[in-house]
Formats: sequence, C-alpha cells, structure tokens
Amino acid sequence: MYQTTYHRASSVDEAASLFAKGSEAKFLAGGQTLLPVMKQRLAAPSDVIDLGKIKDLIGVEASGDTLTIKAATPHYDVATSDAAKKAIPALAYLASLIGDPAVRYRGTIGGSLANNDPAADYPAATLALGATIKTNKRTIAADDYFQGLFATALEDGEIITQVSFPVPAKAGYAKFPHPASRFALTGVFVAQTKSGEVRVAATGASQSGVMRVPAIEAALKANWSPAAIDSVSISASGLLSDIHGSSDYRANLVKVMAQRAVAAAG
Amino acid sequence: MGVEGIGASVVRKEDKRFITGKGRYVDDIKLTGMTYAHFIRSPHAHAKVKGIDSSAALKMPGVVAVLTGKQIVDDKVGNLICGWAITSKDGSPMKMGAWPAMAPETVRFVGQAVAVVIAESKNLARDAAEAVVVDYEELPAVADVTAAIKAGAPQLHPEAPGNQVYDWVIGDEGAVDAAFAKAANVVKLDLANNRLAPNAMEPRAAIADYDAAEEHFTLYTTSQNPHVARLVLSAFYNIAPEHKLRVIAPDVGGGFGSKIFIYPEEMVALWASKKVGRPVKWTGDRTEAFLTDAHGRDHVTHAEMAFDTNNKITGLKVKTYANFGAYMSLFSSSVPTYLYATLLSGQYNIPAIHAEVIGVYTNTTPVDAYRGAGRPEASYLIERMMETAARQLKVDPAALRRTNFITQFPHQTPVIMAYDTGDFNASLDAAMKAIDYAGFPARKAKAKADGKLRGIGVSCYIEACGIAPSKAVGSLGAGVGLWESAEVRVNPVGTIEILTGSHSHGQGHETTFCQLVADRLGVPISQVSIVHGDTDKVQFGMGTYGSRSAAVGLTAILKAMEKVESKAKKIAAHALEASEADIVIENGEFKVTGTDKAIAFPMVALAAYTAHNLPDGMEPGLKETAFYDPTNFTFPAGAYICELEVDAGTGKTSFVNFVAADDFGRLINPMIVEGQVHGGLAQGIGQALLEHAIYDANGQPVTASFMDYTMPRADDLPSFKLSHTTTLCPGNPLGIKGCGEAGAIGASAAVINAITDAIGKNNLEMPATPDRVWRTIHAA
Repeated sequence: MYQTTYHRASSVDEAASLFAKGSEAKFLAGGQTLLPVMKQRLAAPSDVIDLGKIKDLIGVEASGDTLTIKAATPHYDVATSDAAKKAIPALAYLASLIGDPAVRYRGTIGGSLANNDPAADYPAATLALGATIKTNKRTIAADDYFQGLFATALEDGEIITQVSFPVPAKAGYAKFPHPASRFALTGVFVAQTKSGEVRVAATGASQSGVMRVPAIEAALKANWSPAAIDSVSISASGLLSDIHGSSDYRANLVKVMAQRAVAAAG
Repeated sequence: MGVEGIGASVVRKEDKRFITGKGRYVDDIKLTGMTYAHFIRSPHAHAKVKGIDSSAALKMPGVVAVLTGKQIVDDKVGNLICGWAITSKDGSPMKMGAWPAMAPETVRFVGQAVAVVIAESKNLARDAAEAVVVDYEELPAVADVTAAIKAGAPQLHPEAPGNQVYDWVIGDEGAVDAAFAKAANVVKLDLANNRLAPNAMEPRAAIADYDAAEEHFTLYTTSQNPHVARLVLSAFYNIAPEHKLRVIAPDVGGGFGSKIFIYPEEMVALWASKKVGRPVKWTGDRTEAFLTDAHGRDHVTHAEMAFDTNNKITGLKVKTYANFGAYMSLFSSSVPTYLYATLLSGQYNIPAIHAEVIGVYTNTTPVDAYRGAGRPEASYLIERMMETAARQLKVDPAALRRTNFITQFPHQTPVIMAYDTGDFNASLDAAMKAIDYAGFPARKAKAKADGKLRGIGVSCYIEACGIAPSKAVGSLGAGVGLWESAEVRVNPVGTIEILTGSHSHGQGHETTFCQLVADRLGVPISQVSIVHGDTDKVQFGMGTYGSRSAAVGLTAILKAMEKVESKAKKIAAHALEASEADIVIENGEFKVTGTDKAIAFPMVALAAYTAHNLPDGMEPGLKETAFYDPTNFTFPAGAYICELEVDAGTGKTSFVNFVAADDFGRLINPMIVEGQVHGGLAQGIGQALLEHAIYDANGQPVTASFMDYTMPRADDLPSFKLSHTTTLCPGNPLGIKGCGEAGAIGASAAVINAITDAIGKNNLEMPATPDRVWRTIHAA
C-alpha cells in the first residue's frame, strides 16, 4: 500500500469538505473493494475519508410503504434487521448472501452502490425495486443511477446518504455465486410492485453491469409464476464471459435464477 | 495401547501454540540489522531482458542494493537443477534447460525474477522495485502442452529441441500389442489432468544471514526437507560447504509438496546477504505463490485398455504429455514417470502395460510434486478407465473391478512395483456397505421423480508411499538416497528428546512420534519432545513428503529406541542384580519378570549419566542413533464412493454422501489420520470440481488470486464417512503404510464417475465446473 492520509469524518458535511481539500481523495464506506485495491497498489488515493463512523448514516427504518437503509449500514445489519426482514424479506436475504461474514460486518450498501461492481448483489435489488438513492446533493431514481461497469450518476465528491426502497407486493432474489469470489456469477431480483408493475434486474451477467430483463418482466406481468419464464429466450449477446461462466451459460442462469427468484417470492 | 500409545487418538501437542497464535514461522523471525528483499518479476511469459536500469531506485532513501540476474551468474551461483535423471527411449539423457536463480537474458514464465531490491523495509523495497526499469523484448510464448509440441511452436530452450524434456517409456510394448490383437473389447479414453496451484496457507519465505567472520550462512526457510535444501545449496548451487550452512525450517504452514523444492528466492537471499553484509528477508505474498510455487499435475493422456471375453483386462497402453512448465524443478522428472507410470496397474491384474510419457516445456510456472505426485494422475486415469469400460461393457462398475482385482500377494506388476499386501475386496465391501450401494437404484429413481439427476461413482486407488528404498530409487535415477534417520536422547532426568530427519508442516509429528515412545516405555508423552527442522540439531534427514514420515521416519525412531532400550535393560539388570533377559518394560518401569523388583525409567537414565554403577565396560550416557532404509515402497489402498446430485438447470453438483474405506496398515493416531484423509479428500474433490490453474494462449496466468482460482471451502465439501480395513505392511516393523496423500489420490475419479453417471454422459473434464457440466448435459 502506498502512503495515504486517513480521516475519520464525523458528519457528511465534514466528509465532503475533506474530500474537496484532498488532491485525490477517496471515500471509504466499508473498504471491501478500496482497501484490497490499495493493498495491491492499484489505487493511490492522497486521502481516505472514512464514512463508516458517521452516526447519521447508519440505520434501517421502515415507514409506511418505504424501507430506508442509511448508506453506511453494514450488510450484516440489513440481513438481521427486523424491519428489513418484515418489509422486504428478499432484500434482507440478499444482504445475507454478500461475501462472507467478515465482508458483511464491514461492507455497506452505500459503498456497494457507489462502486457499482457488475457482479455486486445490491444493484439488482435497487434496480428491481425501483429504489431512490439520496445523496448529500439530490435524489436519484435507480433507473437513472446505474450507468455501466463501475459507473454511476454520482458526481465527484457526491456522498450517498440513504437508499429508499418502496415495499413491493412480492419480491425474490436468487443468486448463483461465482465459485471463487462468491460475488454473483448471476443474480436475479424479481419484484411485483403494489401497483402491479413487474421489475426484474440481473447482476453479474451483463458487460454493462446490472440490467433490467424486459422479456422476463413481460412474461411475469402476464403470469407471475416460474413456468411463465420457460418460453423466454435470453440472448447471450452483451453478456460477460470468463473462465467460470461463458455468456450463454450466464444467459441460461438469468432465466433459471429468475424462475427460482419467483418461486422464492411466492 | 494405553491412553497415549499407538492407536490412541491423542490430542495434538502442537495445537496449543498454533491455535493461540504462538507458532514461530519464518516471517515471525526478526534479526538485528535485517533488510528486506522484493523481487522484480517478469510480466511477460517469454521475453529477452535487454537491460535493467536501477539508477533511480538506487537513489531512493532506504535502498541498500539492486541486484540482477547477470550479477548472480557472474558470481557463479549455480543454476537450479532437477535431481532425478530420466533417460529417453532413444537412450539420450533428459534435456535440462539452464535455470539461473534470476534471469540474466531470457525470461520464460510470468513471475520469473530478473532482479531483486534490498531495502530497509518491505515497503521501501517495493517502492524502489517500481522505479527499476526493465527493458524487455517480447517473444512468442506457448502455454498449452499440445501446442508446445507442434512444429513451429515457440521454442523455450536451446538444449531442448521441440520443447521436449524427454520421451520415456516403460513396459513391454510387444506384449501389449499382442494383447490388443487378441482383445474381445477395447476401451479408449482421452483425458486431461488439470493443473493445480498448491496454495499452502503460509506463503514461502526465507531469511538469510551471512556471518563474514565465520564465513557461515544461516538460512531460515519454509522447507519440508531442510537437510536436502542444505545438500543441494552446497553441492550444486555453490552457496557454501555444508558445514558452513545451517538450514532451519521452523514452524511451516503447509507444504503439499510445494516446499520440497529449493527455489530461486532462498538462493538469492543467501547470495544477497553476503553481498550486502546484512541479513535479508523475503516473504512471498499470495500472488507470488500463485506465480512461483511449483504447480501440480497438468497431463494430457490417451489410453486404451484391452479386455477378454470374461471382462478380464489383458493389456493397457498409455500415452501421456506432461507439462513441465518453463524449467525442470527439483524432482519434476520423476513425477510423470516413476511416480506415475509405475502405478498404472492400479488394483488390477494387468498382464501387459506399456506407457510412453513425453515431457514438454511451456511458458508457464514449473510443475513438480503436489500431494500425491503422479499417483493421483495414474489413479484418475485407471479409475476413469474402469468406469468407462463398465459402461461400454454394460456391467456394474464395482463388479468389473472385482473381476480384475489382484488377490494374491506379493504381486509383481508389469511396471516395476511389487505390491506387498492388500485386500482390495475388503475395502470395496466396506465402502459399498457404508454407502448402501445396493440401495442406489431406488434412490436414483426417487431423485429422478423429484427432478434431480443423481449419480454414484466408485474409485479404487492404490499408491506407493515411503519413496524408498535407496537402492531402488537410485537405480531409477534418483540423485539422493531415500531413507530416514533418528536420534533418541534420554536426558539424565529421564525426559526424552527425539531428533528426526522428518519435518512436520501440519502432519502432527510432535504428537504421533511421542506416542511411539509412550507405547514402548510407558512414559507420558509430556516427557517426550520432538526436535526437527534444523540441520545443526539433527544430523541428517530426507524430510517429509510421499506419506513417508510414519512408515520410514517413525521406523528409524523405533530402531533407535530399540538400541536405547537394550542399553537401558543392561543398566537396569545390573542395578537390580538380575539377568538382562529377565527385564521387561512396563508402565515406565524396568521390572524383573515374575518378581516385584523394579527400577523406574528416570532412575535408569540417571544411572546412565552418573555412571557410578554401570556394568563393566559400558560407556556412560543414554543416546542412540539409527538410519532406516526400507526394503520396498508401502502400498496404501482403498475404495472411495461418492453419491451426488446435479442440478440440470445450473450444472451445479451437490454431494449426497462420500465414503472412504482406506487400508493404511497400522494407525498411530486415528484422529490425525482422519484429519489427513479429510484434507486429502478436500484437495481431490477440489481438483475434480473447483481448482484449475489456467493460462491464456500467450502464457498469461488467468488464475493468480483467490478471486479467480477456486480453493475448496467448507461449504463445497460433504461430511465424509471414513472407515478402515487393515492389512499390515510387511515391509516395516510397525506395519505402517502411510495416509497423507490417499484422499487426494482417490477422490477425483469418484467424483467425476458419479457426475458422469448422473448426467448419463461419459466425457467430462476436470474441474467439472457448473458451466462445463451444464454444457455437457445439454450438448447434442
């Protein structure tokens, strides 16, 4: 690791101001990506600004038809939150599948969404549930937020403060873990909103990061059942291909995981 | 057996320090004035080194030196060698390409060192390494064994035209051809044995300390065989004469074969320590481990087996291409020859066998012994062949094996090995009973009704362990003798130190070796300590690999114990005024048989050292040494059966049951044996389902981290059901065969046989990843 200056911010405003002062500052929101990358000397931030101890950024709250997860809440807290399990059990389940226990104690939803790894779990839920991402500057709809591999609508220095998930009528997540990394080789989140809209998002599959799957959405809109997806054909075009999963295998997984997610959603 | 004697599952003495963080590994050691090495490694699989500019690095604060491949060659440090000579079928010796410890001119695999930075801290060394500019001229590279043998392939070594290390044969080709000419059925099989990265938990590390006044080196290193390291460093690498080089292998966190070999890094550390006049430490990181620890396996094989009308095997012919990587590692030549082709008879009566093995250089990390070393490749081939044959001949796979089992011992195979004992039917019976083999068709039918693909797979393995005797291995080309030494030192107060040439790096010797002493003398194991891993303390030894430490190392201890007991009996007889023949050892006492006269062992020890009242002419003291050279290999064998289900939607395999029935001869500590089997099975299953060290066509490693290389984890593995059937090994007095590698040798075939049974298609390569299995299920 190269030398860096570590700051522990006590408020979002302080974090933003520290960021502005640093020449090449980075926010640390759990460090499950940034720190390994720094240890491999692939990143050399001048300043590392830790958001993890900002009290206003930690907590899970359900209110009416919305579940709000503050940005620095670790995955473990979401996975075990009574509020999350009651409002959107599929989301708590998704959090329980991220990485391993050490990752879940440190990694945060804000960090995951800001990094937007194409194989991360949270983007699938965020997109499928039509969540709203609130930052220190504005709110961003999930449909506008994800912009490709590791690319998001966030501006330089912008800090996610919370993510609000509309409570759906039904939702389910099915993940096929990457055998080595345990990221999603492909994970599919299916949701039926209370107004009857169907949204399906797949992570780990596309070369462009998390994606909606319109063909499956249409099939499920007509008939919310695993069997409804039987006749759907997913193109391998534009999907990732590597030693653990060719693009046509991932195309198959999008379909199979969607069926299992629907079965889990009930 | 006593609560701490042979056969008792004594809790491991060494675990207190390991589980409380008090182990002392190489990286825990800090010497005064110590500097730190960081290697500059080639990013290219094949390139000329045109120049190295270290001027900027040398100006950085804290940088002590930047040393290059040219300097180490100029200083006449010897090239790395392979210590087992193999002769090709045309009579020519194997073609060993020159391997300097750092490359002066040409790099031949990604990760090969070209220079080293020595600095005041690890981080400073790493910073400075980034400031060293190496000018490479890239050359075409080849990573795949079948591509490397083609005409026009990039050539690695001028010494080895066609990238060929050797073309070696064993067996009677004429007899095999005759058998095939008369065969009722011939079964053919093509398969690959996937390359594995060993991944010991502790990465390799070395500290070299040169004492200019004494012209003496001390090397702390992660070695499975410190004496062999000292011998090779002295005799071949010109580091220092043996009496001027002390090699210490302290606590070592796993080896699996990869820490047998002498690597460039410890040679460079020794040389650099003298150069800079200060101790030099190098600790590898995980990426360096993936790039530079000798890999395992990597065979491509075509085999054919001939059967008569009674389904008896009449002949076997095998042609294997073995990928050596870019250089010949220390014992690499023996692995695909004498440790592989000599086991091709498996557990079966095969009258004629012929095997040809072609060793091939590629621009990849060198390949050498890895848990099982040749025997997993042989076992996988034979057991896949038996399963394929059963399917082709439409007979039950277990029944076909029984038809061909060797049942008379000793049994001379057509490929050198003479099996001393065994009972293959007993192991298979035990495994079939444990898994309820008879009930499988009903379970498969029920699974099918539930939409699941269920399969069962058998693997009956045999291996040759002990890697001895010296005369035999010498006649086959080994450059060293393969025996073991031991010294038993009884202290004046009756405590005992056992010095052994074996080396424990996870095997539990500090417990099992004490159990032998407890068994013989009746003293508690707390009174016994094991000394190993230091060439200044232990006179000589060959180290630990090939499941040899109990069969060979412990037998050496037994031989030394017998000498100690003999002398102690004389002392006791003298003290008790009895005849030596009447002295028996019971519960820590030397007794006159049939009387109540006795003297406690500590009093015998004290008498030996006070020497006030010893028999006439007896030397004082109680310390004995023994060197033990066995008469044959040992032959552990067993049967593994795996039952599993495949998810047709994803190709994912889930275990239902995995049973192992092993014959290891006598067990010293069944709990430790169980642990060894669990670990071996994990690695065998890892090879079958998960692990694969992959290179792209240009020789770039694709799997150089745990993000890409799939190490087995607890949730990838079933809960194993183990049992033992026992035939005592006649080749050593304790009847021990060895247990360290069996799991890794036998498991892979059981898994692939079960998956191919489940999906109803026979051709499936390892690792059987979900993608690969799914593709095979849905292939036309």
